[in-house]
Amino acid sequence: MYALEINGLGKVYKNGNRALDDVSLTVPQGSFYALLGPNGAGKSTLINMIADIVRPTSGSVRMFGHDLFSERAWCKKRLGVVPQEIAFDPFFTPIEVLRFTSGLFGCKPDDSWIEELLTRLELFEHRGKGTRQLSGGMRRRLLVAQALVHRPELVILDEPTAGVDVELRRRLWGFMREQSSKGTTILLTTHYLDEAEELCDHVAIIDRGRVLTARPMRELLQDIAASDLWLNYGRAIVLTDADRIALAAFEPRESAEGVCLKLGRAAGGESTFHVAYQAAVARFGPPVDAGVKSEDLEDIFLRLTTKDREIQS
Amino acid sequence: MRPINPRGTWTLFLREIRRFLKVKMQTIVTPALTAMLYLVIFRYAMGDRDVPGMEIDYFTFLVPGLAIMAMMQNAFANTSSSMIMGKVMGMQIYLLMAPLSAIEVVTAFLAAAVVRAMIVATVFLAVLMPFVDISLQHLGLILLYGVAASLIMGGLGLISGMWAENFDNVAMVTNFVIMPLTFLSGVFYSVKQLPELWQQINAFNPFFYLTDGFRYGFLGIGDTDPFASVTIVLGSVAVTFVLCWYLWHIGWRMKD
Ligand SMILES: Nc1ncnc2c1ncn2[C@@H]1O[C@H](COP(=O)(O)OP(=O)(O)O)[C@@H](O)[C@H]1O
Ligand SMILES: [Mg+2]
Repeated sequence: MYALEINGLGKVYKNGNRALDDVSLTVPQGSFYALLGPNGAGKSTLINMIADIVRPTSGSVRMFGHDLFSERAWCKKRLGVVPQEIAFDPFFTPIEVLRFTSGLFGCKPDDSWIEELLTRLELFEHRGKGTRQLSGGMRRRLLVAQALVHRPELVILDEPTAGVDVELRRRLWGFMREQSSKGTTILLTTHYLDEAEELCDHVAIIDRGRVLTARPMRELLQDIAASDLWLNYGRAIVLTDADRIALAAFEPRESAEGVCLKLGRAAGGESTFHVAYQAAVARFGPPVDAGVKSEDLEDIFLRLTTKDREIQS
Repeated sequence: MRPINPRGTWTLFLREIRRFLKVKMQTIVTPALTAMLYLVIFRYAMGDRDVPGMEIDYFTFLVPGLAIMAMMQNAFANTSSSMIMGKVMGMQIYLLMAPLSAIEVVTAFLAAAVVRAMIVATVFLAVLMPFVDISLQHLGLILLYGVAASLIMGGLGLISGMWAENFDNVAMVTNFVIMPLTFLSGVFYSVKQLPELWQQINAFNPFFYLTDGFRYGFLGIGDTDPFASVTIVLGSVAVTFVLCWYLWHIGWRMKD
């Protein structure tokens, strides 16, 4: 079962801006999904189309098996969105915002849930203040509480941690992880890639309105991540033409302390570490030290998006 | 959207009520006072004269007209200000994201506009009660025309608010469209006093029928037959409602 099945979704804004171009993604129910991309990639456009704030130009979306565009009310009841832009009714206090939103979604305000949300998001002591008096971080948390108040099965957060300090961010993530463990599907965008790598079990990277990759996080980190084998000889090694030919499969690079080889995967799927190591020893003898460094999410992100931009230009 | 969300509609309606009650000085008291000010000024300007062609003094003639003028202007102000405020401050997206059908949203907004209009008119009339003999000859007509005028004006306010991009745009519509049309709707005079040409032009002012019918409800006299105009009035309400529904449905000037 998928929380979201996005099929060929496209958006061309009135000014001719093609913000999203034939995007297809599936978000499994119960997953903690990271939607990543550089600024202007089209993340907010995608989210806003699901939220019914932006009109789609083409494509279809199914939410928990229901057609989003023809069964809007059914879907909206099960969806909570934290928009990227912060906006509140200046006449409302946090507790009123949450009660109002409950009502708007057709739910009787559940005061114990509202109290829990306020407490967990560290807003309880500010519950009676006007929203204008809240700091940026508090407002962002109030947006999160607002998105959760009707107990949606799918929560979409568009940069929920922008401008939130490390400590608070950690607690916010903890809270979201808890929601996730209760079965809520969570899709979020963020620029903190290390945090996304740690938290999310699925990831999609989009740029210029197109999907560059979309898969389980573990798969991305294992299969897509490139690894380098560093061999330390305690001295600079100058690669001869013969060295380059012999090690061609590993794209050898010189480094201050030795050489660096690129690892890949053999036909069976196992790493080429062993072969590379043997080849290096055959050319330069045993190293003093060696190590493997794999790309993390940020490296992969940068590699994919840079490559995409190079191909485009 | 098929499924209805009565609680959501009610919640939005209550919010709209609260919105104007929080600033009741500006939304209730001032409009009622303004109407009274007009009354006092015209009372002194016109003296005890009767309205030509009607057996009624000016003062009594003015009261229902001023009441419905205040209703129309306040119904318009309520929806247009809410809409433009939501837009400018970015809050409208919460309404777009909520599981409410366009009919429900429009109903909540218009109902709140009617309530505000009724409160303003009631305050105005209640204060005048000791000074004028306000008869209610046809209560049904009064309610029908009062509610219809508020619905039409509330609807126009909704549309103007959706169309507008800033508060200035709304002020422009208010000052250059709504004010003249309501002022010239026969609040201050009987059309029979007007030159022939103006009488004909006036026949195309929709607010003229509303004002005249409403006043007929109080005084039992008017320039038109309010029973004959009922279909026009109800038709106008329906057209306004359908237009509001359609524009909200497509997210006119709200959804990119
Ligand atoms: N309302 C709009 N009208 C025209 N272009 C827009 C609008 N909103 C966003 N865009 C453009 O669409 C592209 C994607 O934007 P957005 O979805 O906000 O990206 P992201 O959230 O990934 O930063 C950008 O080029 C942006 O300039
Ligand atoms: Mg964005």
